[in-house]
Amino acid sequence: MAEEVKLFGVWGSPFSRRVEIALKLKGVDYEYVEEDLSNKSPLLLKYNPVHKKVPAFVHNGKAIAESQVILEYIDETWKNSPILPKDPYGRAQARFWASFIDEKCLPALWKASWPCEDHEKVKDEAREHLKTLENELKDKKFFGGETVGLVDIVANFIAYWLPRIQKATGAELLTEEKYPKLYQWGHEFENHGVVKEKLPPSDKLIAFFKDRFESVSTSK
Amino acid sequence: MADEVILLDFWPSMFGMRVRVALAEKGIKYEYREEDLRNKSQLLLKMNPVHKKIPVLIHNGKPICESLIIVQYIDEVWNDRAPILPSDPYQRAQARFWADFVDKKVHDAGRKIWTTKGEEKEAAKKEFIDVLKVLEEQLGDKPYFGGDHFGFVDISLITYYSWFSAYEIFGEFSIEAHCPKLIAWAKRCLQKKSVSETLPDGKKIHGFINDMRKKLGVE
Repeated sequence: MAEEVKLFGVWGSPFSRRVEIALKLKGVDYEYVEEDLSNKSPLLLKYNPVHKKVPAFVHNGKAIAESQVILEYIDETWKNSPILPKDPYGRAQARFWASFIDEKCLPALWKASWPCEDHEKVKDEAREHLKTLENELKDKKFFGGETVGLVDIVANFIAYWLPRIQKATGAELLTEEKYPKLYQWGHEFENHGVVKEKLPPSDKLIAFFKDRFESVSTSK
Repeated sequence: MADEVILLDFWPSMFGMRVRVALAEKGIKYEYREEDLRNKSQLLLKMNPVHKKIPVLIHNGKPICESLIIVQYIDEVWNDRAPILPSDPYQRAQARFWADFVDKKVHDAGRKIWTTKGEEKEAAKKEFIDVLKVLEEQLGDKPYFGGDHFGFVDISLITYYSWFSAYEIFGEFSIEAHCPKLIAWAKRCLQKKSVSETLPDGKKIHGFINDMRKKLGVE
């Protein structure tokens, strides 16, 4: 029986791109469906009725939502090129950092990227989280060690989206000067042979963020 | 070599309770250490420097943080008994999804019930009931969220039960009136020693929240 693997995503979403990266790393063929979030397809609503968000992942008719849940499912189903370590302690650490990134880093970085009240305080929090990641990375090439792992994939926003937001808005959060290891990691991640095929077009992303910057700067 | 298992915890924490239930399910001997959250121990700050929160499980000197991550760790290390997550990858994904849903939705809605007043409180009550109804629908006619067996999602949610009577008192509503199947499920879980011996009495939690409200100036 042919395997049916389907992914509902959005070209600019770091969350659906995470799933694409994992599938590509494991050499899994899949059908991609681009969603219009202002006009969600009936299939998306069927496959993710609880959150109605992308990514939604379907394997042989069974649907899974939430990018980190999907990533663990992919790792357990296609066992080549593992993205999580085998030992329970290593797995717990990977899950911890992935959770830290999604629950603390990304919201703080996103908020700090755009004009807002208490902007300095918001930027301080974001910088503190980047420092924590810088310290965690130490001398490793990737958070996963020699190869791209769960934490690297979940941190994709930091490697690729954040620098482009900075280009579009002039925000300076992740700099080589302040976070040399993280900066270098971002560079490795972005240029990784497999990962780079599953990142959104740079110019299109920068243009998207420029538009957003213009609209949030002018609305008061 | 005997395993050394230490749990840094705070008795009313529904997150700490999850770990206690998991350890009890697996029959693991451990040392419980109560933390004073207004005066955190050096050990806690050293073992969880990022969040400085409980629960922290210290296994042979190595810390694991975040309650659901700890529960998965326990399941993977002591994998020869009382499985918490299912063995099928799709079922595991469903369990992780719903435990994540509990984490994202139940705590904040519940907290707002006892920390706010008036319209804000009424909105929090409605949100809380809506979230529980989604969970109740997900439970369906199964004895547990895990199916025939008490599992990951059950553990993630049952620890809120000790807080339910406090929510009901402060919110002036009956959870059972809105979600009878969920309360039936909770009572079923309480028949398990690992749950009944872990969850503090609702009255104690109510007393704790009363003190918190005074400190926060909510009256």
